[in-house]
Amino acid sequence: MNSAALLLRYFSASLRSQLQYPGSAIMLGIGAFLTTIIDMLAAWALFDRFGQVQGWGLGHIAVFYGVVSTSFALTDFFTRGFDVFGGEFVKTGAFDRVLLRPRSPALQLIGYEFRLSRFGRLAQALLVLFVGAAVVGVTWSPDKILLLAWTITGGVALFTGLLVLQASFAFWTTESLEVFNVLTYGGIQAAQFPLSLYAGWFRNFLIFVVPLGCVAYYPVLAILDQPDPLGAPDWWLPTAPAMGFVFLAASFLAWRAGIRRYTSTGS
Amino acid sequence: MPQILVEDLAKTYRVAERDPGLLGAVKGLVHRRHRTVEALRNVSFSLEAGELLGFIGPNGAGKSTTIKILSGILRPDSGTVLVNGRVPFTDRIAHVSRIGVVFGQRTQLWWDLPVIEGFDLLADIYRVDSARYRANRDELVDLLRLAPVLDQPVRQLSLGQRMRAEIAAALLHEPDILFLDEPTIGLDAPSKLAVREVVARLNRERGVTVLLTTHDMHDIEALAQRVIVIGHGQVLADSPFETLRANVLAERRLIVDFAHEAPDVTLPGVEIRSRRGQTLELAFDPARTPTPTVIAAIAAAHEVVDIHVGEPAIEEVIARFYALHGAGEA
Amino acid sequence: MDAARPYLAAFSSRFLLMLQYRAAAIAGFATQCWWGGIKVMIYAAFFAAAPAAAAASPMTLAQVITYTWLAQALLALTPWNADPEVALAVRTGAVAYDRLRPVDTYSLWYVRGGAWMASRALPRAALMLLGAGLVLPLIGLSDWAWKPPPSFAAAAAFAISLPLALALATAFLMIVNIIVAATLTDRGINVLFNSLIIVFSGNLLPLALYPDWAQTALLIQPFAGMMDIPLRLYVGQLQGSEALLGLGLQVFWTVALILLGRVAMARVMRRLDVQGG
Repeated sequence: MNSAALLLRYFSASLRSQLQYPGSAIMLGIGAFLTTIIDMLAAWALFDRFGQVQGWGLGHIAVFYGVVSTSFALTDFFTRGFDVFGGEFVKTGAFDRVLLRPRSPALQLIGYEFRLSRFGRLAQALLVLFVGAAVVGVTWSPDKILLLAWTITGGVALFTGLLVLQASFAFWTTESLEVFNVLTYGGIQAAQFPLSLYAGWFRNFLIFVVPLGCVAYYPVLAILDQPDPLGAPDWWLPTAPAMGFVFLAASFLAWRAGIRRYTSTGS
Repeated sequence: MPQILVEDLAKTYRVAERDPGLLGAVKGLVHRRHRTVEALRNVSFSLEAGELLGFIGPNGAGKSTTIKILSGILRPDSGTVLVNGRVPFTDRIAHVSRIGVVFGQRTQLWWDLPVIEGFDLLADIYRVDSARYRANRDELVDLLRLAPVLDQPVRQLSLGQRMRAEIAAALLHEPDILFLDEPTIGLDAPSKLAVREVVARLNRERGVTVLLTTHDMHDIEALAQRVIVIGHGQVLADSPFETLRANVLAERRLIVDFAHEAPDVTLPGVEIRSRRGQTLELAFDPARTPTPTVIAAIAAAHEVVDIHVGEPAIEEVIARFYALHGAGEA
Repeated sequence: MDAARPYLAAFSSRFLLMLQYRAAAIAGFATQCWWGGIKVMIYAAFFAAAPAAAAASPMTLAQVITYTWLAQALLALTPWNADPEVALAVRTGAVAYDRLRPVDTYSLWYVRGGAWMASRALPRAALMLLGAGLVLPLIGLSDWAWKPPPSFAAAAAFAISLPLALALATAFLMIVNIIVAATLTDRGINVLFNSLIIVFSGNLLPLALYPDWAQTALLIQPFAGMMDIPLRLYVGQLQGSEALLGLGLQVFWTVALILLGRVAMARVMRRLDVQGG
């Protein structure tokens, strides 16, 4: 059975175990929907009080937010294993069991759990994205839809990279580092506003260190048919999501180093 | 060439040490002291296909480290390991496809899934051909009497049922070698018997090589043809079980009931092990002090009601063996 | 004094235990710096972009910035999750032991929960004060720093209001705990309440910055007393009779939630007793 088919099997198994507690999954889904609704609340109140900022309005923020939040919701759906890796696998030694099976550890961790409740966030993110796009008057031509798909793919790669990195650190710390929530949940918060609102050092951090700007700000400018007010060349805007894959590749280097450490210390 | 070949295996761990208390915690943040623990040094042994080997030793002696290295989840510092001609940790995926592992303390099944669905998923993970899988699964279900629990989620199984399911799960891909790490720990007597029976049958009928660690000497007595005793990271003994027993068990016990308060018995080569009211328990080496001599000497000097000759319990034997080699709890 | 002994002991043992989780405090601090920093930059951009609206705003940028850092510093004082000890006790059935002790279960859980929040908040608040109050001005970012209260009156009002906020938050925490005890799970409930708290305590955005038409309703709802009221008192945005109103609201909601909690607890415990724990 190949990897894709196995993932499907994992998916159906995960589905069935979650349906053992249907109430909990539904509550979590509603909770996720509500939590994400409030993500836009502060932006709405600020625009209501202050009007436009540097030419950006609530509709633009909604598109930035919708894109990055969609990427995260999709990522969150299949990366639970990496998220809880320190506490559930390293600390308990359950990673031994992963290594005892003839499949790649990353594949098995993806199969650990598919969180149905994430559809609450996904639905909300897509809703915000398309309502925002309608408000600012985006016409969805095929190439724009393609660009959107490419942007979200890059975003999924970046967030997956963050979670793989978080899990890799757990090989050393044996705890899941919640500091990484700063980069995931906090990253959504940061990436929903255009980079031009931020101080220079923070902008550079979002471009060069954890390239959240490359999977939201730049490609969304291209979707909105706007040039970068900070002066990035036009060809860069639709290219930027590739940085998500660069980040993911770098994260897997750390992951391999972590596995090497685990197999030489056994803890 | 043997199926499992282990030569000069060595493994050390670095363990962080911390002083107790708040001050110790603060110091630990700044500067960690490390202690090196030699988990294994120069461990060598080999195993032919179809053997059933018992691996015994006190906690921390190196049993688990050895199993982890053999199963490919830990790299040794030095030494050679070949299993089926492969180096476990460099050729992990090919290696683990051919072995089955059961850790008594951990589950490899899915807590919230019915047993049967966990089996199906494992068959997919191990890429087992579906016809072979079904035949093999049905045989295992039969052998391990799992039919009544197949549709129950794993979390609802009793410990004994779960352990039988774990063993079945480890065998679905028809491994040549089975590693069992404390498979009977915490089980009730009937479940222990069931586990032993299954392991013996697998070994006998399918020729599965079994490497078993346990603290339960009855497991060893019932199963193992050969025993390796490990202590302080070294192989202390590697012999057929009967040889081990004869060597260490070279001791007789004499339980004597007297007609009056138990006297002090002072005979050369005889030790008093315990004294309760009118009863004495004596120990001696029959090779040096023949049993009839001891009985005659006691009967001549005291009024004896009853005499019973016995051997020490196997746990006691092993404990003495460890003590003899200075290999108590590490 | 003797009557209070078990509760004092419960408070101090939990407080000291939680203080040991230094790594968690440092992680929390990093998180708060990030969120606080983003928010401050965003607020600054909005205030700069619309000078007229900024002048009409009920809070100045400096007040909003101090409010933001304080809100991050006191984050752990808000009852985000059910007390994990209670959730664990319910799951494992150890809740029966609490029922066996010769103390009032509500009071015991109350002091333990209060200690849990206070001990988590203290190291984080100290670090935040150090970072945003001292380091930021030192590196030349005093415009973005956490400022001292503008007047003695503001400081005094804050000093009264902060313990009230803890009392109110703990009273709410008890409601959450009791729901956990009744439903035997803490999974869904935490997520639902988190959203309410984050919005209505002023953590997401100072309540004064929401539209003017919503202001009265936002002030009198119970979550305002957990964070927004003390912080507005600190920055001097609530003064005189408004300050007294704020403190009065805190007292009212604390008493109301404690009464509600006691009634609910009595009912739930009766049910647990009947079920045999």
